[in-house]
Amino acid sequence: MNIHEYQAKELMLKFGVATPQGKVASTPEEAETIAQALGTDNLVVKAQIHAGGRGRGTFKDGFKGGVQLAKTPAEAKMFAGKMLNNTLVTAQTGEAGRLVKKVLIVEAKDIKRELYFAIVMDRATCGPVIIASQRGGMDIEAVAHDTPEAIFHESVHPLLGLHDYQARKLAKLLGLEGKLLGEAAKLFKNLFRCFIESDCSLVEINPLVVTKDDKVMALDAKFNFDDNAMYRHPEIVAWRDTDEEDPREVEASKFSLNYIGLDGNIACLVNGAGLAMATMDIIQYAGGSPANFLDVGGGASKEQVTAAFKIILSDKNVKGILVNIFGGIMDCNIIAAGIVEAARETGLTIPLVVRLEGNNVEAGKKTLAESGLKLITGNDILDAAKKIVAEVKKAA
Amino acid sequence: MAILVTPETKILIQGITGSFGGRHAQLSLDYGTKVVAGVTPGKGGQTFADVVPIFDTVEDAAKQTGATVSVVFVPPPFAADAILEGVAAGLDLVVAITEGIPVTDMMKVKEAMRGSKTRLIGPNCPGLVTPGTGKDSHGGCRIGIAPGYIHKKGNVGVVSRSGTLTYEAVWQLTTRGYGQSTCVGIGGDPINGTSHTDILKMFNDDPETEAIIMIGEIGGTGEEEAAAWAKANCKKPIAAFIAGTTAPPGRRMGHAGAIVSGGKGTAAAKIEALKDANIAVSPTPAEMADTLIRHWKK
Repeated sequence: MNIHEYQAKELMLKFGVATPQGKVASTPEEAETIAQALGTDNLVVKAQIHAGGRGRGTFKDGFKGGVQLAKTPAEAKMFAGKMLNNTLVTAQTGEAGRLVKKVLIVEAKDIKRELYFAIVMDRATCGPVIIASQRGGMDIEAVAHDTPEAIFHESVHPLLGLHDYQARKLAKLLGLEGKLLGEAAKLFKNLFRCFIESDCSLVEINPLVVTKDDKVMALDAKFNFDDNAMYRHPEIVAWRDTDEEDPREVEASKFSLNYIGLDGNIACLVNGAGLAMATMDIIQYAGGSPANFLDVGGGASKEQVTAAFKIILSDKNVKGILVNIFGGIMDCNIIAAGIVEAARETGLTIPLVVRLEGNNVEAGKKTLAESGLKLITGNDILDAAKKIVAEVKKAA
Repeated sequence: MAILVTPETKILIQGITGSFGGRHAQLSLDYGTKVVAGVTPGKGGQTFADVVPIFDTVEDAAKQTGATVSVVFVPPPFAADAILEGVAAGLDLVVAITEGIPVTDMMKVKEAMRGSKTRLIGPNCPGLVTPGTGKDSHGGCRIGIAPGYIHKKGNVGVVSRSGTLTYEAVWQLTTRGYGQSTCVGIGGDPINGTSHTDILKMFNDDPETEAIIMIGEIGGTGEEEAAAWAKANCKKPIAAFIAGTTAPPGRRMGHAGAIVSGGKGTAAAKIEALKDANIAVSPTPAEMADTLIRHWKK
């Protein structure tokens, strides 16, 4: 799950992580009021969408830049008016862009130094690791590649957490001294507490800045959360903005289906995440291109299969469907009946190849064959993949 | 001999009165597995399916029945605690089937287990099966949620991060006449109890296991580490399959651990490491058994 910049700011404030003052607005008038309250002639107005590249983005009406500097509350109001209810297209949004429903008004800071600070959950050490660098404000993967010595790593004990001395050591490595050393160490400790207590899988501060008036603060923050832990964070779940997500993925989640849309034209419906990935792979191996990842879980009930077909068919690129089910414990005949009903209910017209294996598979194949539907049976996964690729090519 | 469990192993089930746990407890009983106890706090003294006594605590269950292995079907919010209860009771093995345990919970479990005698398999895994000698491998030890009948007693060890892909491999082996020593699902989460390498070591030392199928997927570096270990140490032929060649980076492909991020954990890197270790890599999931048989009989 992702959150908006203004929400990240709220979360950091809650844990005492210093960040520039600011508030979110839904109307130009609100933006003006916030700017007045901030009492500075150095303001930034930022469009709130999840995608990056906002500064260089262009709005659908031609207005350029989702991040604007403003000198007065009136200017802040003007920029807010241009951004709100307008659609911003950036390098990351795709052509459709994203509707801007909120703007963030923050105090712009005069910056002396830009640093990098991140906390990630590390599989190798089975605990959190802090990654820090003096080269903030740029692509950290490029820094790591070109100058690995400029990146510092610090493992954190899974139970004891971040020690004071570790926080001070990191501050020192970032070249922070005197009053700044203590200030930065405090920020790191607070951010670490935020990371653990909010069940984050990643917190990335890029840049962490030292301002001209000698303050350390987080200028921008990226948060990723552990989906498995969200049951205990209703306050974070409430921040979910489904407008920012693929509508098909939102619909799928309502039926406990795990769906991820891709660019290809052969849809697949599979039980089990590993087998679903492997089915995407084999479609490509057979010369096709997968349209999605879709795991229906262990059950594959009729309701789920019907919902899955509807979601698959809402993707206009889809020219064929491959169903691949290993019915270990589930009766294949029940699964087959579900597939037949789902195909009827959705009025399927594109080619459908079904590969069933497992418990009571012969009865299942019989049900498919006698359904009167124009579906094709695959003998094994490769055979099924080859058949659907051939069908889609034939229809094209 | 098989690894980890034999048909004689006595197992207890944490969460036996839940619908999921109960269903699979019954299937294990039907398979002939020695399910000797269930644990559900507050339901001690009751019986499951008229034959399995239920206890309030794992300690009581283990002491009174001699169970040495536990299977955890407890829902995610309580699963970490359930695992640690099994560890505290001094069990040899805890198998966590539960899907969706928060990573920070598993981080704490992993640390708390340091130095204990208990091995953890999972979480978010199908469990493990040591097939029996009866019809459709009846009489074996089935721990977890795998279909028992697809197995056949024999000499191939199977280790995998994914459930249904494991069943594919096992079924391919069985239908070609090749049985299995033990089949282990290590689970799809980023922090788990037992790695591919751990299981490869056991298969390497197990006289009954003659060849190995290892199934991996994108995310993490477990497969690369296993390949490096096998290159230097493994005496037995291995075939492997890696799922997720077409998965886009930055997206979680179902399993919490199946994600390519920061250029790490790609299928290409894993396949390269496996090939470098003289492991035969199956090009598709349809050819896992055939790839092994060709490599083995060479």
